[in-house]
This record gives sequence, structure tokens and C-alpha cells, in this order.
Amino acid sequence: MENKNIIITSNNNVTSIENDFLKPIGKYSPFNRLWIGFLLIIAAWGVAIYIRQIYFGLGTTAMRNYVSWGLYISTFVFFIGISHSGTLVSAILRITNKEWRRPITRSAELLTWVSLLFGGIMPVIDMGRPDRVFNLVIFGRLQSPLLWDIICIGTYFVGSSLFLYLPMIPDIALCRDRLSANASQFRKWIYRKFSLGWKDTPNNWKRLEKAMHIMTIIIIPIAVSVHTVVGYIFAMTLRPGWNSTVFGPYFVAGALYSGSAAVVLIMAAFRKMYHLEKYITKKQFNYMGQIVLALTLIYAYFNLNEYAVPAYKMASTEGFLLQDLFSGSYSVVFWTLQFGTVLLPAIILAFPKGRTPVMASIVCVVIVIGAWVKRYIIVIPTLLHPYLPIQNVPISWTQYFPNWVEWSITFGALAGIFLVITLFAKIFPIVSIWEVKEGREIEEKYKQVDNAIRNEKENVQVAIS
Amino acid sequence: MTLHNKDNNRRNFLKSSVATVATGLIGGSLINSFVSCKQETSKVKVLTPDGKLVEVDSTHISHEHSMPVSNAEARKGIAGKKFVMVIDLAKCDGCGECTKACQKMHFTPPDREWIKVFTMQDGAELAPYYFPKPCFQCDNPPCTKVCPVNATFKRQDGIVLIDNERCIGCRFCMVACPYSTRFFNWDRPVESAEEKSIPYSPEQSFPRKVGTVEKCDFCPHVMREGKLPACVVGCPMGAIYMGDENEDAVTNSAGVTVQLSKLLEDNAAYRYLEELGTKPRVYYLPPKNRKYPIPDMNNEKEGEKKNQNHKSMNM
Repeated sequence: MENKNIIITSNNNVTSIENDFLKPIGKYSPFNRLWIGFLLIIAAWGVAIYIRQIYFGLGTTAMRNYVSWGLYISTFVFFIGISHSGTLVSAILRITNKEWRRPITRSAELLTWVSLLFGGIMPVIDMGRPDRVFNLVIFGRLQSPLLWDIICIGTYFVGSSLFLYLPMIPDIALCRDRLSANASQFRKWIYRKFSLGWKDTPNNWKRLEKAMHIMTIIIIPIAVSVHTVVGYIFAMTLRPGWNSTVFGPYFVAGALYSGSAAVVLIMAAFRKMYHLEKYITKKQFNYMGQIVLALTLIYAYFNLNEYAVPAYKMASTEGFLLQDLFSGSYSVVFWTLQFGTVLLPAIILAFPKGRTPVMASIVCVVIVIGAWVKRYIIVIPTLLHPYLPIQNVPISWTQYFPNWVEWSITFGALAGIFLVITLFAKIFPIVSIWEVKEGREIEEKYKQVDNAIRNEKENVQVAIS
Repeated sequence: MTLHNKDNNRRNFLKSSVATVATGLIGGSLINSFVSCKQETSKVKVLTPDGKLVEVDSTHISHEHSMPVSNAEARKGIAGKKFVMVIDLAKCDGCGECTKACQKMHFTPPDREWIKVFTMQDGAELAPYYFPKPCFQCDNPPCTKVCPVNATFKRQDGIVLIDNERCIGCRFCMVACPYSTRFFNWDRPVESAEEKSIPYSPEQSFPRKVGTVEKCDFCPHVMREGKLPACVVGCPMGAIYMGDENEDAVTNSAGVTVQLSKLLEDNAAYRYLEELGTKPRVYYLPPKNRKYPIPDMNNEKEGEKKNQNHKSMNM
């Protein structure tokens, strides 16, 4: 409809937009090759160590009978948290019709999809019997919070796949039409298959917009459900520190806090790597910075609820755990997280100078790492504070720090996330081209209307005088 | 003072008479095994139907591990039973024989104590005591609730078991158990030939499998034959009683069978962490009037050194 006209009316402008975004596709600079090779090595190492772990058992990790969940489950919660970014930026900003969202929606949705993919793998890595994973289907008990997770994460994965894919269709068709000439057979095949015979007709656009509209609305409650049930895995137990009614929303808040910060990072990365300064401007960083600020404050509020309320009472076992966090063996990490990765970022982001591309990126790196460590601090100290005292057990049971096996596999998964993002951006445009074009068109329309009004006013004034 | 003593004497008299009567009436129901079978010769202590402990040749009794029941049968449980355990903390002197007997029966590696004797002190001014802790076989079990594949389940006879042929090793049950009762097979198990030769059943929890969870199971495979669990038989103090709630009777290693309800009532029995609402099937009798030296918490220094943050929970 509208978009047909854009291409005809402002041809020059449009071609330059298309060129800017299509240019990096299929081209691998020496640095790109080095980066991909580096990621491949780390990912391959992770896979090798995982195979070793399957063969020898989870005894090759540092986990033991008290701390029976460790880095894998912490990372699972962290990755799922990161996956909230896409929904937030894309769906909420789409619904509220924020124009500045246009150049960042695709990368945010991609981040959701990839981190969800690898987040879902983490519990399988943590399983003692991955060979029996299908027991979850055969004997699955709906009463178990683990099944809630599988259902919610599965639904979210399907939903976010569609949410990522739908607005890609016109862009894939564009790649098909413009890049097929000197693309590899594989890419040609992908463009042909995945553009679903898109013909740029008004009917096509109508259907796409309808589907997008439905997805935008239903993806939000699904996303909220996902991190709620991740929190429920812990909250449904009687363990001190987890036995909390606030865990569902607390985890959602934590997910949004880390996820939105991750969006700033992927934004900054592609802006720099793909030279998109013209499109992803200070405006995006300024606005995203404000969103991260708001979510950080909400997260801080939930932290207050989660720690200060039980700390006022200091009830038996819960009190021991809190003592350990506030002034015991975890105190340095705990307070560094609270002040260094929650309060300090909030203060910095409160100032316009803290929301410049460089500053916002630095702050968001701190937030993302902090969110990861925080997951660890939620999972491990509780497991080290059982009701019964820990007595006469091997010393390895009484403490936990991830060993090289766990680090290797976890960083392998992280490398996998970077690898998928990197390769994706070499096959498909990382910015939604048609949406940016649409944005330009709307801008121009506004300008035309503004001009018309101004002219009219002048005419009126001339007529009056 | 005299009045108090008199009262005490009367109570003791009552208690013992009740015990004797109960032994005569119900003792036979739990102990009924005299099956001959060819085995190597050694002396074994068994309880006779009239409650006496006698030593017989091991060839006269059936082997501990006879053919296990089917998986479906193991999931159902023993019909008409409601197993219950009573641990008399006043009698427990912390010798740890229960743990040893248990480990022997279940071929457990030494680091895993299905029944573990803790040294507890509920407050700095309060007397320390020994606290043997098996699986509580809760009636409202937090572990079976969270199991995603029904690999751990509650049976009609009250026992909570694990099917290690279905367990996916997610360890959700381990983190959900408030009593640190469950153990994981982190490494490939080292099995003896004897262990390997016995077919698997959830009722005996072995042969074990890597990547699956195990725990105390109240020895249903021997209780099926009317015998007492390893820890009960192994306790030289007779501190552990095992029995059936439906029969209202429990028996200890000395062959004393007592009325369960009376035992609980007379001794002000309690369940550990009642406030969690898990409804354990293990009752404790408070450690009063102990006849042996009270544990010295200083002996626990070693355990403390290993982990400074964990003293007794209630302290």
C-alpha cells in the first residue's frame, strides 16, 4: 500500500538506505573471519567438553550433593532473562508506535531468539541423563514447575521465531531480488525459500501487518509468563532465600533489566561494526538509556522487597543465609552487585551525559555482567544453607566454584550466541529495511504536512495583510 | 521428689507392660521369615514370632536380596501398610552403626549416608544431642511434587521411592528436599559383582546408574518379607523403631514391639521441622534422661572448620 508508493516516489533516498544495509551481507572481512574462527574454536571446545561430561558424568563438574545446581542453571536463568529484550523493545515500542524503534527492532528480536535457543539448551546440559530427555514428553507431569518452563519457553520460542521472521519476509524478498546474482547457492536457496514468494502486493502487506499486529500483542504476556515460571522453579521449594512470593515478578524485573541493557549492547556493536551511525543515532541510545534506567529502578525496588523484608525479621535459616550475603562469605559480591551494577548504573543513566552511545554501552556491559553474577548469587548461597547443618562430608561438598568443565561449556554456549548473531547478520539485513524506509516516508509525509500548513498560514497572513 | 519417682516408676511399669502385651499380640505380624536356602554358613540374629532375639545359621534364612518385584508393583507399594519410623533420641548414642548397616545393605559408597547421624545443638545454652536422619518419607513430599517425569513417587504404604531407570537427573528433587536427604550419582558407579548380579528394582535402589538420584527408601524389599530395615536391625541401642501405622505397632532391634500411639504420646514425640508442613513419617522422641555421655559439640570442630557458616540450624 503505502510502501509501494515510497519506492516509486523517493527512489534515490530508498536505494541508498537499501545499499547501506545490504552492503555487509555476504562479505567477510579478515576481521570477520578471525572473529568467526575464534568463536568456532570456543564453541567446538565447549561441545568437546560436553561430550566428555556426558561420558564421565556430572562428577567432572564442581557440583556436589549440597550445591547440586551451579553455573549451568544460573546461566540458564541469565540467558532466559536476556531473551526478554526483544519483546520489550520490539513489541512494546511497536504497540506504542515509537518511531525511533525502527532501526533496532530486528537486532533486539534476534537477541531474544538466540538467547532463548541457548537458554533452553542449558538445563539439558545440566541434566544427568540427557539421553532420557524425551521422558519429559513421555512421562511429563504438569504438576512440576519444570514442565511449566518447558511449555512457556517452548511457546515463547515459537512466538519469538515468528516475531523475528514475519517482518523479515519483505527484507528476505529484497535480498532475493537484489543479492541473488552473486550469492552462494546456499544463500540463494535460503532467500528463495524464506521469502515465501513475497511479491510486494497490497494483499501481501495487508496480511503481513495483520499477522504482525497479532504477534505483537500475544508475545507480551508469553514473555512475562516465561520469566515468571523460571522464578517459580525456585519459589516452589521450601528453601530459604527461594521460598518467596515475590520471585515471579522479581525475575521478570531482573530479566527486563538485563535484557534491555543487552539491547543497548547489540545496538552499539552493529552500529560500530556495520557503520550504521546514520541510522542508530544518539537518539536511540538516549531513549534506550532512559528505558534501562526505569527498569533498573524497578529492579532495585524488587531487590528491596526480596532482601530487606526478610532481613528485618531475620528468621532462623533465612537469617543465616542473609547474614552470609550481607556480612559473610558472599558480602563483597553481594554489595558490589547492589551498588556497582544497580545503583551506580541508575545514577549514571539519570544524566544525559550518561546516555551517550559510549557511556550507555559501558554502563550496560556492567549491568549485563552484574545480572549474570546476580543469578549465581540467587542460586548458590541458598543451596549452601540447608536446614540441617552440613557435617562430616567431603570438603568439596561444602563449597562451590565452577570448575574448568563448567566454564568451558558455558563459554561455549556464549560463543554459540555470538556466532549465531554474527552469521545471521551476514545472511540477512540486521536492520529491518522496509521499516526504516516506512519511517522515512512517514517523516517526509510529516514534513510535507508541516510545509503545507506553513504555506497555508503564510497565505492566510498574506491574505489578511 | 518421692512422689515424682513413684510416678516415674509407675509410668515405666505401665510402659513395659504395654510393651510386653503389644509384643505378644502384634510382634508376629512383622517377623515371619524362616525360609531355608543354600548359603555360606554364618550366624545371623533374627527375631522369633514371640519377640525373642535368637542367633541362627544363615543357611536357615532367605537371602537379603531375593527377586525384586516388578516396576509396576514397586510403584504401588505394599497393600494395607502405612510404614512409620520412630527414633528415640534418648537412646541414640551416636555410634553410627545404623549408617554402616544401611551402607552395607545398599552397597552405598562411603560418602553417601542415607541415614546420617548429626550432632545437633538447638541453641548455645541447650544440650547437644545425636540426631539420626533417614529420609522422612513425607506425606506431603516436596520432592515428588516437583519431579517432571514421575521418577520419584509416593506409594500407598507411605514410602517415597525413586525409579532410576526413568530419572532424567535434573536434580530438582534434591534442591526441593528441605532435609538434604537425596544424593546424586555424579560419577559412573563402581559396582561389586554381587550388586550387578541383582536385577534392578526401585524398591532396592541398586544397581545404581550414573546421572540419577538415590536416597533412603525404608528398605521395602526386606519389609516385603516381613523383616526390619537395615538401620533398625543395626542399631545396638534399639533406638530406631519401624512399624505400621495401621497396626499401631513399631518394633526395634531388641525385638521390643510397642504400641505406636502410646509411644508417641508418652514421650511427647515430635517431627523435625513440623512447620514446613511436609508431614514426615518419621517421629522423634526427645533426648531426655540419657544414659550415655552427652555429645561434645567441640568434637564437631572438624565439621565446623570445613564450613564455618553452618552450625546447627536452630542456633
